[in-house]
Amino acid sequence: MGLTYQSTGTAAFREEAFNFSADDKQPVIALAGNPNTGKSTLFNLLTGLRQHTGNWPGKTVLQSKGSFIHQGIKYTVVDLPGTYSLLANSIEEQVARDFICFAKPDVTVVVVDATCLERNLNFVLQVMEITNKVVVCVNLIDEARRKKIQVHTDKLRKMLGVPVASTAANIGEGIPKLLDLVSKVVFDKLKPKPVQIKYDKEIEEAVSKLEPKVIEALGSELNSRWVALRLLEGDTTLIQSLENYYGKQHLQTLQEVLA
Amino acid sequence: MNSDNSMSSLLKEAQGIIGPQQGQMRDRIVNSIYQTAESIAASTVSTSGKVDWDRKIDKIITSKIWGFPIMLALLTVVLWITITGANVPSSLLAEGLFWIEAKLTDFFMAVNASEWLHGFLVLGVYRGLAWVVSVMLPPMAIFFPLFTLLEDLGYLPRVAFNLDRFFKGAGAHGKQALTMSMGFGCNAAGVIACRIIESPRERLIATLTNAFVPCNGRFPTLIALATIFISGSVAVTFKSAAATLTVAGLVVVGIAITLLVSFLLTKTLLRGIPSSFTLELPPYRKPQVGQVLIRSVLDRTIFVLARAMIIAAPAGGIVWILANTMIGDTSILALVAGWLDPFARHMGLDGFILMAFICGLPANEIVFPILIMSYVSGGAMMELDSLKALRQLLVEQHGWTWLTALCTTLFVLCHWPCGTTLFTIQREQKSWYWMFMAALIPTLVGIVLCIAVNYLVRGLGLV
Amino acid sequence: MCPTLNNIPVGCNALVKKINASGIKKRRLLDLGLVPGTKVEAVGRSPLGDPTAYNIRGAVIALRNEEASMVQVSKLGN
Ligand SMILES: Nc1nc2c(ncn2[C@@H]2O[C@H](COP(=O)(O)OP(=O)(O)OP(=O)(O)O)[C@@H](O)[C@H]2O)c(=O)[nH]1
Ligand SMILES: [Mg+2]
Repeated sequence: MGLTYQSTGTAAFREEAFNFSADDKQPVIALAGNPNTGKSTLFNLLTGLRQHTGNWPGKTVLQSKGSFIHQGIKYTVVDLPGTYSLLANSIEEQVARDFICFAKPDVTVVVVDATCLERNLNFVLQVMEITNKVVVCVNLIDEARRKKIQVHTDKLRKMLGVPVASTAANIGEGIPKLLDLVSKVVFDKLKPKPVQIKYDKEIEEAVSKLEPKVIEALGSELNSRWVALRLLEGDTTLIQSLENYYGKQHLQTLQEVLA
Repeated sequence: MNSDNSMSSLLKEAQGIIGPQQGQMRDRIVNSIYQTAESIAASTVSTSGKVDWDRKIDKIITSKIWGFPIMLALLTVVLWITITGANVPSSLLAEGLFWIEAKLTDFFMAVNASEWLHGFLVLGVYRGLAWVVSVMLPPMAIFFPLFTLLEDLGYLPRVAFNLDRFFKGAGAHGKQALTMSMGFGCNAAGVIACRIIESPRERLIATLTNAFVPCNGRFPTLIALATIFISGSVAVTFKSAAATLTVAGLVVVGIAITLLVSFLLTKTLLRGIPSSFTLELPPYRKPQVGQVLIRSVLDRTIFVLARAMIIAAPAGGIVWILANTMIGDTSILALVAGWLDPFARHMGLDGFILMAFICGLPANEIVFPILIMSYVSGGAMMELDSLKALRQLLVEQHGWTWLTALCTTLFVLCHWPCGTTLFTIQREQKSWYWMFMAALIPTLVGIVLCIAVNYLVRGLGLV
Repeated sequence: MCPTLNNIPVGCNALVKKINASGIKKRRLLDLGLVPGTKVEAVGRSPLGDPTAYNIRGAVIALRNEEASMVQVSKLGN
């Protein structure tokens, strides 16, 4: 119960909170994204496992775990359920959000559909609000080619501030480059600097007022701007998760700060 | 308590800062995110407009005129390929496996093994295995890959789109069409797929009715019965066609029952109004045909073989023991069957059939093999390597009529789901009560249906 | 009177003005990209007239009448 992130270390925390055991030194990669973008296909390709795939949104209902070895290093991969957003409107969204937010994967690979980038960027931006360690995988690039849709990945990388690789997961195209970027981010050879979404003046002002208090309470564990935004919109699910995962210790600090 | 206070005070703090507009915060936040996404997409994506094939295809596939006929046609084609495709491998497998059985028997004779050892191992365990493999494996290994192709193509969401109006009418969720589709492969998988339905009420409805879709373990039984009986009465060239149409008809009946039971549940145990429904229709994607076929044929084959080893082989052994352990001058098997017989007769079945269903609780694919084994055991030895021989066994030795076949078929469609599925339901719903209901509801439907059909047909003097 | 999304004939476009719902229902619709100012096209109806498929920000999404009627729009024609 009263489990604190700092006191137990990442691996133990992941294990207790997410029923998720992996070697402490083994980097964890989360595959997130909209439904039907090829996360499970990528997962199967990397791990050699056989998660259910198929062309309909919502197939993966359980997060599943596997591992693979790249350049002598063993990675753990987690296939998350596909969701349209991370604003915790459903159980799946909450599962995905909590994993990215609290289990702190070493990299979150956001798998996006190249034929429908705009809708998928909505999700990418939300992930980038939570964590810096993001790699965008523009998947289904073969479908995009077939439909004569061109995604300028260089420009996308510059505009998002995170590494971008384009892939066709079903035929294995672009995977080496993706893994290369992933490993660079894991070992801090590449430091993504995600762009921030600018909200309207009123919201930005409110955030700047609330953020210091959040930092005081939570330290640097979570992205304070993101937490402040959630608090401002009155998101109670996040507060529940905070309690679940961090127990009372933090919350007491919070109370002191606010007293 | 402590933490509750601190949380609410932090929330209050936030509320104080943002003021009475908190209600619109979500709108404004989502709006900004989407605007950012829009502007990034606008400068990183370029399209050189092309004919939108997906839309043209959807216009036909979901059209008023063609929507339903195409669904039926696809179902029929898939079944037809399964039935005609399974014929040859089935009989080859049967010949091969029964040739091995003969050799095994020779071997047991040669080493002077005791009668019961030979009976248990060869006529029980081996035969159970051989039956499941030869009758069940080929249709399963053909149907499943075909279905996977349709799934990869992107057809399933269109089915859900077309059928949603029915599900809405029944107070259920349109995605139930997807969970049903998964049920064709395996009901346990269908039950897990029910998680895509968010409303607990509608998810439960989908869970409780999933057994009305014949899973892969029941399909071959339907196919075998249809082939033996329906096509027995028509010219050879139409045999497969007639069997196909029968099985397709049964699937439609299953869907109709699903809707009816969903409706009744909505009106009784699970009262409520339909929750919201949104479903994305993804673009059609070209499946990697070769890879999908090879992989899923292999997958299915391994799956079926593994289940045959784990369940069918021991079941075969047990059935043989029951059939050969005498109490007085009847075997235990015959005794139980005799005890079940009066009730089974009301349903248009006989005691052995009902008993086979009960023994099939661990896995549906062993129902038919167990039935055949219990008919054969003790009785005259015969070469059961063709459907003709089967027909002879059922009709001439055990008095089956087309009505028996019909009632058996209906009961295959409507009875308790297999043990694995029940176990999955218990795990998913975390409730023994709903697991029990998931077994009871289809069973009651099946019993009522069989009795009604039986008495109706007999009353009309049709048999 | 402002039309709602379910009144848009197939093949026509509309601009989202407002979502007449609250709580989780509204959030879901927002998540699908139905934020004010979004262009939406009615792509096709199911054989039985309901649900209807809409092109929302590049994805085709089916909504039942009940949901679509919560989305207030202004007509754009085709
Ligand atoms: N042409 C093409 N098809 C792909 C590619 N990646 C995945 N697919 C296909 O797209 C479909 C969806 O892939 P999945 O891996 O099941 O998608 P997912 O992201 O896990 O979906 P959910 O679990 O529903 O969130 C499958 O039919 C895949 O075969 C790709 O790069 N190119
Ligand atoms: Mg998946």
